[in-house]
Parts: sequence; C-alpha cells; structure tokens
Amino acid sequence: MSTQLPIRGGDIEEMSPPRRGDRPGRPATPPWRQRLHRIDYRLSPYLYIAPFFLLFLVIGMFPLGYTAWVSVHDWSLLGGKGDFVGLANYREVLDNPYFTKQLVNTISIFLISSIPQILIALALAGLLDNQLRGRTVWRMSVLLPFVVSPVAVAIIFGSLFGDRYGLVNQVLGAVGIDNIAWHTNRLASHVAIASMVNWRWTGYNALIFLAAMQAVPRDLYESASIDGAGRVRQFVSITVPMIRPTMIFVIITSTIGGLQIFAEPRLFDETTTRNGGSDRQFGTITMLVYDFGWQLRDLGRASATAWLLFLVICLFAVVNLILIRRIGSLGGDR
Amino acid sequence: MQTRKTRRVRLATSALLALTLASTAAACGGGDDDASSDGTTTISVATFNEFGYEGLIDEWNASHDDIKIKQVKVGTWDDAKANLFTKLAAGSGLSDVEAIEGDAMPAIMAESDAFVDLTDPELDGRWLDWKAAAGTNSDGQMIGYGTDVGPEGICYRADLFKRAGLPTDRDEVAKLMGTWDDYFATGDTFVKAMPDTAWYDSSGGLAQAMLNQVANPFETDDATVDVENPELEAVYKTVTGNVDRGLSSRIAQWGDDWTAQFQNDGFATMACPGWMMGIIEGNSEGVDGWDIANVFPGGGGNWGGSFLTVPAQGKHPDEAKEVAAWLTAPEQQAKAFKAVGAFPSQVEAQDSPEVAEAVNPFFNDAPIGTITADRAAAITVQPFKGPKYSDILTAFQAAVTRVDDGSKDPDASWEQFLADVEALG
Repeated sequence: MSTQLPIRGGDIEEMSPPRRGDRPGRPATPPWRQRLHRIDYRLSPYLYIAPFFLLFLVIGMFPLGYTAWVSVHDWSLLGGKGDFVGLANYREVLDNPYFTKQLVNTISIFLISSIPQILIALALAGLLDNQLRGRTVWRMSVLLPFVVSPVAVAIIFGSLFGDRYGLVNQVLGAVGIDNIAWHTNRLASHVAIASMVNWRWTGYNALIFLAAMQAVPRDLYESASIDGAGRVRQFVSITVPMIRPTMIFVIITSTIGGLQIFAEPRLFDETTTRNGGSDRQFGTITMLVYDFGWQLRDLGRASATAWLLFLVICLFAVVNLILIRRIGSLGGDR
Repeated sequence: MQTRKTRRVRLATSALLALTLASTAAACGGGDDDASSDGTTTISVATFNEFGYEGLIDEWNASHDDIKIKQVKVGTWDDAKANLFTKLAAGSGLSDVEAIEGDAMPAIMAESDAFVDLTDPELDGRWLDWKAAAGTNSDGQMIGYGTDVGPEGICYRADLFKRAGLPTDRDEVAKLMGTWDDYFATGDTFVKAMPDTAWYDSSGGLAQAMLNQVANPFETDDATVDVENPELEAVYKTVTGNVDRGLSSRIAQWGDDWTAQFQNDGFATMACPGWMMGIIEGNSEGVDGWDIANVFPGGGGNWGGSFLTVPAQGKHPDEAKEVAAWLTAPEQQAKAFKAVGAFPSQVEAQDSPEVAEAVNPFFNDAPIGTITADRAAAITVQPFKGPKYSDILTAFQAAVTRVDDGSKDPDASWEQFLADVEALG
C-alpha cells in the first residue's frame, strides 16, 4: 500500500480539476445511467448486509462499550453512576478469591461437558447415519431434550441429584455405593451439571454432525470397503476427517455456550443465595457477574467481571483457532 | 425483472411484517396495563412463602367491582429480593404491592424514593410500636405496613419424641428447653436414641433464630458494620460446634433436600416463628405428630414478620395503598393467622378473640393463639438491623452452611465470611 500511493499520485489528482478525457479505454463521459448502475453494483451488497451490522452495532457493540464505561466507575445498581475509578474494579475482581475459583469451575464444567458431549454426539450421528427402520423417528427423538426449557431440566436434575433424598443416590445406594454429595463435592457437582448440559445438547450436536455426514460421498466408503476397511475404520478414517469443518463449528459454539453457563448451575443450587453452593463449588463466572451486579448491587464490579469473561472467551477462541489450524495442516493437502 | 405483480406482493409482505412487528411491540408494552375497558383496576400483590392471603383476596374480589386483587407468589424471600432489586433498578416490572421481609426493611428504606409514602394518620396505633418503627424511615415516612411478627416457639414431632423415649406433652417438652444448653442436651439424648434423625432442621435456620436474641448482631447502633463481636462469634461457635454432635441435619434451609426431610423423618424440632407453622403444614402432608411447645431457649425472639410496600413505579399507587391498608387491617391479619399461623403485628388483632382462642388442628389442636401471644410477650431484645443486615445475614448463613455440609472447617469458613462482608463494600 505505502509504495503504491506515491506512484498513483492520488493527492495531486484530487487537487487538480477533473480530467475525464485523460483516461484511456473509457468513454469520455459515461452515461448517467451507467454510472448509477456501477454504484448500484458496488454499493448494493453492502446495503443488503447493513441492517445486520446496524443491529449488531446497537445491540452488540453498544452494550460492550457501555459495559466497559461502567466498569471503570463506581456504579451502584440503584444509585447509578459514581466516581471514575480507573481499573480499581478490575483489581478488586482479580483479587477476589471467588473469581479464580469460579473461573476454574467454569472451565472444569466446560471440559467435563463438552468433550464427552462431542464424542457421544459423533458416535450417535454415526449410528443414525445407518439405514435404520423408522429413521425420522430416531433422528427427531434425539432432539427431544433440546425442546425442554433449561430451567425445567435444571429443576428435574436438581431433584434427581439431591444429596440426601435424590433418585441417583438411592440407585447408587441400592448397588452398595455410598451417597455422593452432589451439591457439596466440587467435582461431583461439576459432573452433575455437565450431565444436565449434555442431556440437552448432545442430540442437537448429533443432528448437525449427521447432516454433515450425509454430504460425505458414498463412493469413498465403497472403495474403502473394497480395500477391506471395517465400519469402525471407515468412521475414523473417512467420516471424521470429512466432517472436520462441521466439527470446528460445533466446538466453537459449544465453547462460547459452555463458558457462559448460568441457568443450570444457578438452579441446581440449593442454598438461598444461589451463588453455586455454600463454598461456590459450582459457581461460574456469569454467576459471579450476577452476584456482583444484583446481589451486592455493584454494577462496576459486575461489568469488570463481564469484561474479564469476554477476554477469557477471546483467549479460548484464539487457542481454538491455533489448534484447528494445526489440525488442518496435519490433515495434509486440505 | 420486477413485474408490477411481484412488486405488489412485496409491498404487501413488508406491510404485513411491519404490522406484525408493531403489534408485537404493542403487546409487549401493553402487558402491564391493568386498567381494562370495563373500568376495573387490577392490583397485583407479590408475596413469598405463605402469607395466608388466598381467602382474603377471594373475599375482597367478591365484594369489590372496581378494584380486583391478583396475587403473585414466589417461593422464598431470597428469590423475591433478587427480583425486587433488579426491577427497582430497571424502574418497572414490580407488582403494585410488594411484600418485604422484615430483616430487609432497613435496606428498602435506604431507597425510600422508590416507594410510596404510606403515612396515614388514621392508622396511628394500628401496629405494635416497634413494628411501626421498623416500617418508618428517618424522615418519618411510613414505607411499609406491617403484616405479621414472628415470635419464636419450638415446633416438634411428638411421634418421634415418643419413639426416642422423650415426653410428648407440650408442657413437659417446654420444660426440657428453657436454655440453649438444655435444648442441645435434650438433643443429645434424642439422637442417641434415634441416630438417623437430626435434632433440628438446619444449622442456618437455628443460627438465625439465635441471632434474633442478640442486640447488635452485625452492626453497632450507628449502623457501622462490626461482625467481629463476641456475641456473634458465640452463636457461630455454638452452631458449628453442634455439627459433630449429630444435632444438625446438615441440610441448607429452603432447598429440595430440606423440603424432602419433612417427609422422611429428617429432624425432630425446629425454631418456629408463627409463620413457619404454615410452611411446616405445607411440607408435611401425610405426616402426623407435629406439635408446638410454648417455649423458646434463652428467652423470646422475633424471627421475621413482613411488610407490604407500594413501589412508586406502579401505575395505581392510591388503589395499591388502599389494598395494602386493607390486607394489613386487624380483621384481615387475624384471618391470615388462622390460615397459616402468621401472628398479627396489629395490637387490636392480637387482642381479638379470633386470635386468642385459635387452635391449630394440624399441630395436635395446640392453642396457638395463647402460645404465640406468650412467645411475643417473652421477646425482650429487638436486634439492631441496619441497611446491610440482610446481606450480611446471607453471608453468615453461607458460612454456617459451609461447616454444616463439610466443605470448610469452622475457622476457614469464618475467615471467608469476614472476606464476604468486606466485599459488600
């Protein structure tokens, strides 16, 4: 760019009066209609996508910027804006031991839910990709949990995973396993919440995988079976590599969703404050945002926490991108 | 190419779309407009737990054509509180009348501007003096009309007492619980005989009951936060020290497991302010044997008792005020007492034969009128509660719960409580 500018001599050209006739190969005065047409051709696509970006500006960028503005002020929920405090809110949040704890919880719940979820969804999609009797019924029924509201799911699972009188513990007790403190033990609570998330999202992801699998050319499988590859080998060596772009999509969406998990852990909580257990065993970052903003009524710290979460998600997105590039280059000539 | 027909179709489509959007927006905006075309005004009344208002509201609606009452019920005060502050900040969305838990009244009065001044000379002397004072801000404006007070007794399961070899008669039971030491010692006897049943329902609940006997639990009289005081530390030590004795159910109050243990013989006694009787009855369907003893360890205590307020953001403040005044009138609160045991905060209602002679069949025909009145008379301490009381109490109960459920030892949990209070700012 910088080397091209002086050659074109843009500055000089703009200052001098228009010399239309100078340009070779073009009509001296392009007809008015034709110019209109060119503008239309160049500008229209941008106009067509403009509504989305305008909306995004209003409901996406504005809140983001406003949250940043709030986060550098003393800002109480009811009292409104106070003094400018710079990065003091960020420091307070980072110094708060709950921030680290709830960040670890968030990542832990995300990993415990997403990894099995994607693996199971993949296997489920592989099974549904077969010539089954009543295919549509099977395929639709895996989506059924997705239709149920997460709040209802949380209430039902909360009761199933009751520490003392829950069904899960009663079943475990019947086979001689001691009660598990689902609401108190940190890891157990993460597993319980992850099971809620997985119950809801596995079928949904399986259907997305299934759609991608059906676009894989069937002759690849035929030649593979002629070469003597079994079903499992075909799945691992043909299906999975062929649907990699879809896997990337699913992994990114579940990362974003997983890091923002809120309703499930909040409603799973039995204590009155619903901060994620008495010792925040399963409190997540979004719950900390809620705690700061609406229970401690301090929007300054809540906004700072929200921004920190945003940065964490960005970090994860970058790590994802690098990993995916790495995987892509391992895949050879794709 | 665009033909005239397609253009017309497009025009129609976009018009339809615009219409749909406009009507959706109108529907959203119109949701809380309560004045219907026939001239009646609907006043929504938001309550939590059990207020015993169902029968009263039917009574009002049957006799009033211009104003109708609609009740909005929420499970617990903590959920109601989160809703309240969110919508106060938003400036809209609250019910016309909002019930406030007594401990949170100081925090509400710090936001007096957001509420209608309900001062009414005609209502002077309706309430107990301390109750009226708790609903009045420093400018002398009455922000909340008192509903009930919560004189604490001890509710107990006579059937479980019998199985443990303890006396079951409510007067004899009362003799076993004069002091906290007696109460816990009786508990030791009980859990020795019945190891699968705890002595009380929840450490958090017990701690709150005990705090109501402390003059300055969290704050000094000038509302300075002071949580490192010997009285609070003593309550904390006592409650957390009982965990290893097997007295506590080790379950957090108001949760699913807490509700379930009413059906599972989970515990034998609980601190029982009047309004708690309605909750016990609601959770104990099919369970026989509940009774109430005319005693509270270490003297009397008041737990909770609520107020009705009228948020200024409502569209019908005058009608809402009228409804709140009617619901908190002595006659009505006497009926609420019969329905759910919420003991009236109105002088006249406390003296009325309807209250004094009330018996509760679910609690083995206990004369709850005289028992609750005795419990109210036994109250000697009104704890100082400043604007931060409710928030600190929440942190304190979390601290107790951490020890109860085994996630922290008492010292570490106490340190965390101090940090939580610090973070309140």
